[in-house]
Amino acid sequence: MLAGVLSPEQATYGVISGQVLFMAIHVLGLSAFGYIVARRLIPLFRGERDIRFDRPLLRLKRVLQFWLGQWKHPRYRFAGTLHILIFTGFLVLAIRAFKVLLLGASENFTIATASGSFGHFYEIVTDYAATVVFLCMVVAAIRRMVFKPARYAVPERYGKGHPADAIFLLGLIALLMVADSLYEASKAASLAQQGKIFELPAVFSLPWVLKNVLATAPISTLWNLYRGAYLVHQLTFYFLLCYRPFGIQFHVETSLFNVFFGKLDRGTVKPVKWGVPDEQLDQVKSFGVKKFEDFTWKHMLDFYSCADCGRCSDNCPANAAGRPLSPRFLTIKARDYSFQHYPVFGRSNGNGSLVGSIYSEDEIWSCTTCGACEEECPLLVEYIDKIVDLRRGLIDSGNVPQTLQKPLKALETRGNPYGKLDKKRAEWTKAEEFQQSCPVKILDGKQSADTLYFVDSITSYDDRMQAIGRATAKILRRIGLNFGILGAAEKDSGHEVRRFGEETLFRALRDENAEAIKASGVQRIVTADPHAYNALKHDYKNLPLVEHMSQVIAREVKSGRLELKPVENANNVYTYHDPCYLGRHNQVYDDPRRVLDAIPGLKRVEMKRSRDRSFCCGGGGLMLFYEPKEEQRMGVLRVKMAAEAGANVIVTACPYCMVNIEDAIKVAGLEGKMSAIDLAELVEKQLVDDGSAIKAAEIVQQERPESTPALVG
Amino acid sequence: MARIFAYIEHKDGLANDSAIEFLGTAKKIDPAVSPTAIVAGFGAGLDTTCNSLLNSYAEVWKVAHEALAYPNAELVRQALVAILPAGCILLVPHDHFGIDLSPGLSIDTNSAFASDVVDIEGVEGNSLKLVRQEFGGQVSAHVRCDISSGAILNIRPGAFKPQETLALNAVLVDKSAEVGTLTAKRRFVETIIADGGGVDISKEPVLVSVGRGIQEKDNLAIVQELADAMGAVVSCSRPVVDAKWLEKSRQVGSSGKTVKPKVYLACGISGSFQHLAGIKGNPFLVAINKNPKAPIFQVADVGIVDDILEFLPELTSQIRETCCVSAGK
Amino acid sequence: MEILVCARRVPDTSENEIELNNSGNDIERDDLVYSINEPDNYAVEEALQIVAREGGHVTVVTVGSEEDEEVLRREMAMGANQAVLLSDEAFNGSDGQGIATILKAYIVKNHYDLILTGVQAEDGAAQVGGMLAALLDYPYASLVNSIQVLDAKKLKVSREIEGGSKEVNEIDLPCVLSIQTGINEPRYVGMRGIRQVASVEIPTLGLGELGVDAGAVGEAAAKVKRVDYFVPVAGKGAEILQGKREEIITKLIELMKAKGGLK
Repeated sequence: MLAGVLSPEQATYGVISGQVLFMAIHVLGLSAFGYIVARRLIPLFRGERDIRFDRPLLRLKRVLQFWLGQWKHPRYRFAGTLHILIFTGFLVLAIRAFKVLLLGASENFTIATASGSFGHFYEIVTDYAATVVFLCMVVAAIRRMVFKPARYAVPERYGKGHPADAIFLLGLIALLMVADSLYEASKAASLAQQGKIFELPAVFSLPWVLKNVLATAPISTLWNLYRGAYLVHQLTFYFLLCYRPFGIQFHVETSLFNVFFGKLDRGTVKPVKWGVPDEQLDQVKSFGVKKFEDFTWKHMLDFYSCADCGRCSDNCPANAAGRPLSPRFLTIKARDYSFQHYPVFGRSNGNGSLVGSIYSEDEIWSCTTCGACEEECPLLVEYIDKIVDLRRGLIDSGNVPQTLQKPLKALETRGNPYGKLDKKRAEWTKAEEFQQSCPVKILDGKQSADTLYFVDSITSYDDRMQAIGRATAKILRRIGLNFGILGAAEKDSGHEVRRFGEETLFRALRDENAEAIKASGVQRIVTADPHAYNALKHDYKNLPLVEHMSQVIAREVKSGRLELKPVENANNVYTYHDPCYLGRHNQVYDDPRRVLDAIPGLKRVEMKRSRDRSFCCGGGGLMLFYEPKEEQRMGVLRVKMAAEAGANVIVTACPYCMVNIEDAIKVAGLEGKMSAIDLAELVEKQLVDDGSAIKAAEIVQQERPESTPALVG
Repeated sequence: MARIFAYIEHKDGLANDSAIEFLGTAKKIDPAVSPTAIVAGFGAGLDTTCNSLLNSYAEVWKVAHEALAYPNAELVRQALVAILPAGCILLVPHDHFGIDLSPGLSIDTNSAFASDVVDIEGVEGNSLKLVRQEFGGQVSAHVRCDISSGAILNIRPGAFKPQETLALNAVLVDKSAEVGTLTAKRRFVETIIADGGGVDISKEPVLVSVGRGIQEKDNLAIVQELADAMGAVVSCSRPVVDAKWLEKSRQVGSSGKTVKPKVYLACGISGSFQHLAGIKGNPFLVAINKNPKAPIFQVADVGIVDDILEFLPELTSQIRETCCVSAGK
Repeated sequence: MEILVCARRVPDTSENEIELNNSGNDIERDDLVYSINEPDNYAVEEALQIVAREGGHVTVVTVGSEEDEEVLRREMAMGANQAVLLSDEAFNGSDGQGIATILKAYIVKNHYDLILTGVQAEDGAAQVGGMLAALLDYPYASLVNSIQVLDAKKLKVSREIEGGSKEVNEIDLPCVLSIQTGINEPRYVGMRGIRQVASVEIPTLGLGELGVDAGAVGEAAAKVKRVDYFVPVAGKGAEILQGKREEIITKLIELMKAKGGLK
């Protein structure tokens, strides 16, 4: 094949012929790898079912986008670029690796790419690829050893890091590149010396450098280097192949599959058991994840695929607040558990309880399900479903913090977590002057409408949030929508009930609400509560179109049907805080901003963390009752971000964000310097006057001359 | 009319406040009957208590027994069964001791039992009309008690006004000999005093509660001083705990503790419904807040629009000047 | 250890607004949510924990009618081994001593080492436990906030007394204890758990089966009877005190003294 140069398999290594040696290495290496992978697959076969083969074309598209296209990597510019280079280099070299490996097996093997001008081009590309990968290894190693990025650090309570292991792997890959390049270089140098120039290593590439270094070396040395480099390459290649499944590098093999099998539906929660419809759930013996084998096979694959990069925890608001939750370690601890209980060498032993051994209860309850981790992960590792499953397990065992038991009980008996009377759910509409200017229909069968305003619990019962309800109603009225509310027939949407693991209670709430909605005959649903929005959109089935108020207002503003008057105080600087369940989970980022920008004279700035990188306010629903162990409140961190961005008014479009942010403003000592307002409240304030407020006040004045109505505003 | 007895709790020679409150209670049952005090215990403290009671009670029965050195309700019960005449009315404070003693005693003496009585309306034939509260104090109830074979009444401390009577020629009767042996199937071991940090606000009758209006941790001292002057305990709303100015055990609210005090001073507390959700039983609620629009004023009984940083210290000093120092605690 | 917990179904005060009905003779019961009396729930949890450590069974009993079964089921969902309903028209209107008599009749037909009640129920009487103990001639301790099993014959219990202090006692078995809230952290019982015990048969025992003397229970035998409910007149909203600070303080002190806020 290559005139004048023998292939390595024709060489002799000690007493063994190259052909035998390399055949042996191939066979041993591949079998070992096969065995290791088979052992790694065992727990997946013991895991729960997961439906991941549907919509294959969409999955393929995502593979192209997230795996091949490394779509999420540039979110961390430097590391992302490094990784894209390494990944691309690996892909390019993979083809060459096959060729080189097979060369060692059969002298006559040639791939089409090896010959002709395309083959030549390919050789150049791979030369550069090897160089780039090699350089990246050096940079990566320096970065780890010298610069030590914060997100790689392992806090004491999570155990020890494996920095030496990381450097070891980087070193091995670098060695692989060097061996490969040395192989090419020594061959090229040898040919050059014999006057036969068949292939030139690409200029300035590593093989090129090495070739020039070796230009005058004796042929016998070159021959030894050639054979030796090849052997080292083989051994290193197979060592790496077999070593990877023992650590984070397994992601090299599993990433493609993990992305292909990734979760397609945002904002949803997995069923208790895939393939078991609701009606049969009563027969299921155990709910949720209590032991490792309760995880689905895909979740176990997630554990294997984690690259321990720390991007998830870096963006996790609970982690930033000092709660005992770090998504990265949720995964790594589970992976270590599976490695320990399902070892490659040795007996498998599963069956222990996870919470209380590798996980603490606080860790599991601390999550606000904001989704920042999932948004960030380049390997599409999933978290929310796992947390929900772990919570289902805790609920099933009766292991629930007392602070959560009360609101859960209240939800069961009163349909709201506050324990307030169900029949008073519509009291907020009866505020004196409001009732005159904006009577709200209760869709109880006697009245009907085509639009349902789903208020949900906090806006119905919390004195402060009722203002959002009233503002929303006023806007709907101004837009001219024929709307009503369910009143006492409305129960909590159950959004957090489900995400806190109480699936049975959730289903009861959902079924009641679904029936009431159906009975009302409405054709569309509007809500100002992103949690309710997400629930109605994703957790409920067969409902009419659901929209969030920001979308409705944006549409009206865009068409010019809704007129907004200029801001009163031109000095205020506004910033919009993306609620997790409106923004990240449902990707409604622009509509609220369009609404704000439609208010003449409104100055708006963006916080550094905005849109899909928005920072959770602290959580909603049942999270308001849980008492986490934390160093700082998430809301306080967020309010400081707003101050940093130069804003003095935070606009949000979620009542839970409002609770947390208003509270945080006080805790942070920024009362008077920072304020918060809901999007609906702000829009209502800026509605051009149509005289209805004054008329209403007059009516009230007539009926009760001695009371002085306070005008809203 | 039956005889009326008042069981007197005492410690270190001092009679519990209920002693003089019971004089008022007895008067409301029947002004013509002069109640007899029963004091059980052992040692010098018992004697001192008996002697001091001779100033207000016409007759004092002393029950001295070694086993009663610590007031073990199981043993006191046996002693009372031995000495109480049939068909009498016994007044006992409704506290941890009365709760322990009275129900069983009513069975042993075959008399009626009424618990946590807050008012007496009078006797009609064999029927004693009294007032109790139910549902954590949210409603009151008129109750009729058949006293034909006697009654044990647990009286809510503080429900009746202390009666200052002057007893002339008061008689001390030593009933110790009538009490035979007392057998114990329950034996007192020890009392573990709660340290200050072990405060349980949910059991406290008077709370001085502080909110964000206190502004700084250092200002908490003025609240503590007021509480000390009142003989009350400090509690707070959530922001104070979040700011780590007070421990979690002091927090009143839906994610804190539920309290059922008689009097609740809300100082610098806005009155969020999460906080108010922790207050049960309709206490006398005083709100002090510099914001006249604070929602707390809608639920308080009495409101004061003022800055707590200035108001509380003045309140404290005036209380100290005018008020009695707490006794027996 | 065989443990019996006496439970009661009560209107849940944390989720109800208690108001008088229109005729003023009872509270408005239409919208009420009922649940197990909270201290009784703590008692069941305590019983379950003791049995988990020492072995044995937990039985829950209530005196009432069919609608009280839901409370028994909930406690079974929590882990109680069995439940019993003591029901008979003749029991209606019983006062505390009547209830205790009925419970005693059930207890003497079975064997229990330990009997628990909650410290008090919605009527705040805190009486049945003590009465039951006297009827059975068992020792009694109320306001118990911790239980330690010393051996088959004795327990060490502490009682909650004023100021948060604890009175530690040794008590012989069999005995009756009334349990204070906060003794433990009751486990959660979800809808799912309750559904799973929804069709378990709960034995109901009446006057005859228990061998109770009809003359000792029921309304006629009750020595204590509630005549009505009423709400003492209260003002609406806060009375804002006016005047100079000094005057306000004087008035406030006066008011607080009257309400028992100052000693």
